[in-house]
Amino acid sequence: MELLLVILIGLLYAAGIYMMLRRSMVKLILGLILLGNGANMLIFLLGRIVKGKPPIIDSAEKMFTEIYADPVPQALILTAIVISFGLQSFAIILVKRAYKITDTDDLDELNTTDEIYE
Amino acid sequence: MNNPYIVLPVLFQLFTAVLLLFFWFRVNTQRLITIICSLTSVGIAIWLFSEVYNNGILTMQAGEWKAPFGITFVADIFSSTMVLLTSISGMAVAIFATGSIRNARLKFGFFPILNFLLMGLHGAFLTGDIFNLYVWFEIIIIASFVLITIGGEKAQIEGAMKYVTMNLLASAIFLTAIAILYGMAGSLNMADLSGQVAQIENRGLVNVVAILFLVGFGIKSAIFPLYFWLPASYHTPPPAISAIFGGLLTKVGVYALLRIFTLIFIPDEFLSNLLIVMAALTILSGGLGAILQVNMRKIFSYLIVCHIGFMIAGLGIYTELAILGAIFYLIHDIVVKTNLFLISGLIFKLKGTLNIEKLGGIYKKYPKYALLIAISLFSLVGIPPLSGFWAKIFLIQGGYQEGQYTLIGFILLGSFLTLWVIAKLWSEVFWKESVDLPKKINVKYFSELVPFKQWVMIIPIVFLTIITLYIGLAAEHIIILSKQISYELMNPSVYIEAVLGTQIETP
Repeated sequence: MELLLVILIGLLYAAGIYMMLRRSMVKLILGLILLGNGANMLIFLLGRIVKGKPPIIDSAEKMFTEIYADPVPQALILTAIVISFGLQSFAIILVKRAYKITDTDDLDELNTTDEIYE
Repeated sequence: MNNPYIVLPVLFQLFTAVLLLFFWFRVNTQRLITIICSLTSVGIAIWLFSEVYNNGILTMQAGEWKAPFGITFVADIFSSTMVLLTSISGMAVAIFATGSIRNARLKFGFFPILNFLLMGLHGAFLTGDIFNLYVWFEIIIIASFVLITIGGEKAQIEGAMKYVTMNLLASAIFLTAIAILYGMAGSLNMADLSGQVAQIENRGLVNVVAILFLVGFGIKSAIFPLYFWLPASYHTPPPAISAIFGGLLTKVGVYALLRIFTLIFIPDEFLSNLLIVMAALTILSGGLGAILQVNMRKIFSYLIVCHIGFMIAGLGIYTELAILGAIFYLIHDIVVKTNLFLISGLIFKLKGTLNIEKLGGIYKKYPKYALLIAISLFSLVGIPPLSGFWAKIFLIQGGYQEGQYTLIGFILLGSFLTLWVIAKLWSEVFWKESVDLPKKINVKYFSELVPFKQWVMIIPIVFLTIITLYIGLAAEHIIILSKQISYELMNPSVYIEAVLGTQIETP
């Protein structure tokens, strides 16, 4: 399971970075989404995957004596998913506006703000 | 000790923003509320600052969860200074915006979003939890995305594309770094991480995480190979928005770098050499970029990059004296950069352009404004006894003690390039004979504004100039303050003890 996740995360990161380096604006958004999902999976993986051991403590004991599923990474991922959902919807609308105004999908065309004499 | 009132600056900004949402289309009511609330928030920040200054570090554990488990808010002297500076420049920008931003933009919710941005900044400075820092950063960037695109002009959208992409990438890298850090140390509390990370044996992985944090915050604070989005986007939104961006958004990245690299990852030789090289190249590229530009706001954007280099240099040298210089520079830079962008807004209203080749004759026509602007420009260069001078003295002294002569060379070169740029700007904009510019129909000139709007544009500039003068002429106070901050940063045990408490039960 771990190995599978490692490969999946690697693929998501690689695909995300590759897509971001393309010139198309739509691919840029796809790349950002993939990268965000890769980061979420990474938090999940590094929180140690444990099967069937909920973090519930026995009333007789004071602390965990054996390994348990850590709930913190899931809380982190939940937060990160909500945040990235908001940011990605903004980015999609921005790309749509940019396409309407500049009439191109090519990121290399968006260079007027870099020119010295505008 | 639980002091829930230290989050009051954050809560007050939230309250203001929500209150403003109720007056979405009534811009005059929004103006009034903004002015009153921004003044109050400065009052709260001063109160928090004096409280921390007198009583030492104050902490707040959210929901009474004990320190390494819950979310912690920490107001040490560094955070409370940053909160104070944020609310001061926030107030200046808010007041300036009541006069300079048009009603059409205000009707799209400029003021509520500005307050959300300030809330995010306050939160980022006050939090003591690394994931919570990520959340505040996201609040900051989403608010800044809206501010940079508000109005939707072509240049704004183009600049925003670069700004949004780079900031989202930085967030993804920051999140990756947090994921690996949590996997290694099993904690998110920054004070707790300080001890945990020091015990990890796999130093290679620790260094990788440190570099990930450096890249993530480096994009946000615009250091050398990662700064290209800044000069491409900061000149596109209205001047009031550029001012809050230029004054504070890059500085929050610098704050995070200073915090992370003094508390969690103590730089080893490789990391401090890397920081020094990046700092030197940041100074060089920012300075050279500024020489080339003709748009006043683009010149200032490149100067932001150049001067970020000075602060990173202080972090790279990593002695108490050098950090003192970096902190002093940070304090000076927030006030001066905010003021410079406000000034560019004023000049645009006076003349209708920001191209320094077309501008001219401001000294002859408006001698009082020229004198006012000169103070900020000169203190940016660091002409003694103005504020930029003192910070550089400590940086150079710190570098000299550590034998970093090349870096000192770069710092001096950076100051020289700044002097060159500002001298060019001064002679072109203020002393050159003015040419009659064609009147633009879509620009509302300063002389056409009602007196109230003229006043609210001048008062913030005067106010920030007075603070700059205070930082320069009463440098002793700021030196004592920076000394205390750098002492606390270099000796994190005080911070850790305040957050975790003296007796920690370890299982």
